[in-house]
Amino acid sequence: MRRLLFILPLIVLAALTAIFVLGLNPNHDPRAIDSPLIGKPVAAFTAPPLADGQPGIADSDFTTGAYKGQVVAINFFASWCVPCRAEHPLLKKLSAEAGIPVLGLAWKDKKEALQGFLDELGNPYARVGTDENGRIGIVGFGITGVPETFIIDKQGIIRDRIPGPLSDELIATQLLPLIKDLQK
Amino acid sequence: MIRQLRHGLIAGLVAGVLLGGAILGGFATASFAVRPDEMLSDPALEARAEAISRDIRCVVCQSQSIEESDADIAHDLRVLIREQLKAGATDDQVRAFLVARYGDFVLLKPPFEAKTALIWIGPFLLLAGAAAGIYLFYRRVGRRETAPLDAAEQARLDKFLEAHDDHPEDRSQGGAA
Repeated sequence: MRRLLFILPLIVLAALTAIFVLGLNPNHDPRAIDSPLIGKPVAAFTAPPLADGQPGIADSDFTTGAYKGQVVAINFFASWCVPCRAEHPLLKKLSAEAGIPVLGLAWKDKKEALQGFLDELGNPYARVGTDENGRIGIVGFGITGVPETFIIDKQGIIRDRIPGPLSDELIATQLLPLIKDLQK
Repeated sequence: MIRQLRHGLIAGLVAGVLLGGAILGGFATASFAVRPDEMLSDPALEARAEAISRDIRCVVCQSQSIEESDADIAHDLRVLIREQLKAGATDDQVRAFLVARYGDFVLLKPPFEAKTALIWIGPFLLLAGAAAGIYLFYRRVGRRETAPLDAAEQARLDKFLEAHDDHPEDRSQGGAA
């Protein structure tokens, strides 16, 4: 029993080392905290379209409008955002593989810059809405930056939030199974 | 000479305190990022906004409050807080608004709940545990008794002391046999 007391510091040290090593894990994203908005309906918002005559995006689209009864992804992005460029090709892939529309909300961006970005890289979005002062992102979705992606279910309820850029692995292991489940 | 020395010391102390104060003051002002154009004209509202902001985490910088951070999102949240206060929201309503969007993570001081209880009372538990350990240890040391010497041991001790006694006169004077 007394012997045990002597190795106690060693055990504590080992436990602390394990905690620190886990904390240093480069794959550990401290931002990846579950959003309190998951499980809640999309907040009321109206995002004007990129150009006159095109449809914008509003919360009513998910409950009564064009996307009622469909699983959709909302992707916050910006032309000034470097990781968004890296993520860009994956949005088309997500849309094709999951069979869902991906809607783009341009966060704190100017329309001209946005048009240039989409002209250059292609437009993977079923619709693009603009959030010029960033309020839809902050007040409606609690985003901390761009890119961020949300999965909305058939009833217009937020089911997942991915802060930061998507990856092939994330789409395959997390998003596709979730979307398949929501589409049932 | 001594008086001069004393004056010198006092002057040095005063200079040190002033310098220290200036440095601390410099740090204090440097750590606030509120832009002049954000500030509300009503000083009472502005003071409330700053008090709230000091306890709101800048969500992209982890360990800074939005009051201290230059990040864009911190600026946005500061403006948002001021808009809400101007519209008549209470401090708690403003905090609840932010928590509803960013979770408890946005509060620099986590609320006291079942899942955060360990964070709050953990240090006190550790302290109490250490205190109890020290108390038990010393109680045992205090209680430890040595067995009295038997006749043979006493004889050996007396012989040893006699052989190593450098000052026999002290012993005789002290009356110790």
